[in-house]
Amino acid sequence: MTITKIEEHKADWSEVEGVWGMAIDMDVCSGCQACVAACAMENNIAFVGEEDSGYGRALHWIRVEHTWEGEYPEVHSTPFQPISCQQCGDAPCEPVCPVFASVHSQAEDINLQVYNRCVGTRYCANNCPYVARTFNHRDYERPDPLANQLNPDVTVRRRGIMEKCTFCIQRIHKGNEKAKLEGRSVQDGDVIPACAQACPADAIVFGRLDDPQSAVSQMSAQGRAFKLMEDMNTKPRITYLTEEKSYGRNG
Amino acid sequence: MAVMANSNQLHGKGHVMEPDHEAHLREEHLMLDPRPRSELNAMVMESMTTTSWKFWAVAGFLALVVAVCLGYYWYLMIRDGMGIAGINKPVYWGIFLVNTVFWIGISHAGTFVSALLKVFKAEYRRPFTRAAELMTTFGLVQAGLSIFMHMGRVWLFYWLFPYPNERGLWPNFHSPLAWDFLAINTYLLSSTMYLTMPLIPDFAMARDRSTGWRKSLYRVLAMGFRGTEAEWRHLRFAMNLFAYAILPVMFSVHTIVSWDFAAAMRPGWSSTIFGPYFVIGALQSGLSAVSMVLIVVRSTMKNMKYFIRPEHLDALGKLMLIISMSWGYFFFNDYIVQWYNGDKYTDLLLHFHEAGPVGYMWFLMIIFNVVIPWATLWNKKIRRNPTALFIIGFLVNVAMWFERYIIIPTSLSINRFPFTYQFYKPGVEIPLSFGTLALFILLYMLATRILPIVPVWEVHEGQAAHSIKKFGKEPVVTISDLE
Repeated sequence: MTITKIEEHKADWSEVEGVWGMAIDMDVCSGCQACVAACAMENNIAFVGEEDSGYGRALHWIRVEHTWEGEYPEVHSTPFQPISCQQCGDAPCEPVCPVFASVHSQAEDINLQVYNRCVGTRYCANNCPYVARTFNHRDYERPDPLANQLNPDVTVRRRGIMEKCTFCIQRIHKGNEKAKLEGRSVQDGDVIPACAQACPADAIVFGRLDDPQSAVSQMSAQGRAFKLMEDMNTKPRITYLTEEKSYGRNG
Repeated sequence: MAVMANSNQLHGKGHVMEPDHEAHLREEHLMLDPRPRSELNAMVMESMTTTSWKFWAVAGFLALVVAVCLGYYWYLMIRDGMGIAGINKPVYWGIFLVNTVFWIGISHAGTFVSALLKVFKAEYRRPFTRAAELMTTFGLVQAGLSIFMHMGRVWLFYWLFPYPNERGLWPNFHSPLAWDFLAINTYLLSSTMYLTMPLIPDFAMARDRSTGWRKSLYRVLAMGFRGTEAEWRHLRFAMNLFAYAILPVMFSVHTIVSWDFAAAMRPGWSSTIFGPYFVIGALQSGLSAVSMVLIVVRSTMKNMKYFIRPEHLDALGKLMLIISMSWGYFFFNDYIVQWYNGDKYTDLLLHFHEAGPVGYMWFLMIIFNVVIPWATLWNKKIRRNPTALFIIGFLVNVAMWFERYIIIPTSLSINRFPFTYQFYKPGVEIPLSFGTLALFILLYMLATRILPIVPVWEVHEGQAAHSIKKFGKEPVVTISDLE
């Protein structure tokens, strides 16, 4: 049996420019969860309901971590820390997927989940040191008005597959197209993911890491900057900023 | 008078020592207790065809359990999604993977017992190799089913196969899971072939001694075996080849299963000893399962008390003890290496194993896997007692299931982000686990009605080679040169 191969039409990877990164200033994050809500609306994230959410099945791609210990008034707490997929340069989730559903995109150079290739082994999620991946345990209902706010640029996922933060890849492409039409390169402000857009304290800053003048590059170069779990050598794209003696820290 | 009687007794005992010793040898060893070939054949045929109503009652009950627990609940899970199972955000893998590893472990010992004992020419293996190999095949069926249950979109399972397709997409050969899938398939195919080859002469025997539908069935299964010299030569050559070739396959399967965990960068999983530790764990549960199956076969099937004797339970008990000791060593090794590395989260995890909500599993695992086998199996009387050995085998299997439970869902509850910690409550996994167990027993029961559970020609071959010769007054077991 001979297999006739479909003629290959490879995308021109150079059409998307920019090395994208994010900086999150934990010292100004107020823990308001606006990023979580904005992300859910932008990326068609299903609402799983109280019971499933309480059992750890919430589908949010970003979470605001805040832990504390002790009794009042001796409460020791950590600063608010929004955590999403770190878009690792050397991602542990990629090599373990048996069907190449978790892949590194060549155009945007970020880590992507190919929803229609995913068979739901959930190995990627086990190997993610940041616990950033969420699994669609069911087909969650979208009561009538909710279906009207679905973002047409983002796939609606079904049960049995993994999903995670994409750095709002649909916005990266839109920003790129806009800059291309105007005949210039992509600058700060062309691409703003939903979480950064919604952040009232501007704690989340997104932009090009290959542009030393961009806000994210400037922030990442600060002395307060660190990468999450740098010792795992995952080369994350998100930089966190915090000072040991920052205002409001009592830990 | 009393003294006289005593001395008489002593004298008499001394006198009849020799024949007693010989009779004892014959009673003890199947190989020294020969019966004519026709009688052996008739006994095995009878064991296959004698079926009481109890058999069908149990089979019917198991079929019901399979239909409800396996069929209905799996249907529900495919229809509604994994939500009705117990997995959640940090515990992405649950009892389905526990069952997969457990059943692969069970399937291990079948081939181990058969192939390894054949390679080392252990004569006592002859009557029970097939009973053990059947376990391999049916255990792997359960392992495969469990892996499919575990998948979020099981209807796309064939994407794991490296099949040529128009999109030019292949499985990711970097992934341990892709290798796992291939290794299980390889093992299933090769162990089924290894099971089938020595069955051919027995099928031919059954074909010549049955009527009706059985005759037509065995005629197909025997593949026209006539017993010519060339046929035997080919069969022996292939069996020998497979016995050697299947051992590395067997080791590869469970080490590849262990990579699923060892290759991941998680506290408690990233352990370099996991390969041999998993192989030994597989043998630990598998050998216990072999002895359990043999005890059930022996006590429920006709004529089996002749073929499967305390000597076989004794030998298996010794193997179980050795494997239990090895398991204890590897467990200690794994634990101490993880403990020594001083990683904060590994330390937290090790404490969570013992003192967490399922800490009782950890202690029961140690007791059932190490304390009970070591305390009992050194004793010949316990090893030869079917009831005692059955209970020990059962406890070891419970402990090995616990061990996998501790490695998978319990370890997944703990990660590097305390904010996401979550416990695991099994949901539909429980009926599905019972379903796989019921399917395993059911398949085995039905197989005993169709397949000669004892390889008659191998037993006969062994008996023909062994004899008891008298050198002076001493009965000596002699053996002619065996291939």
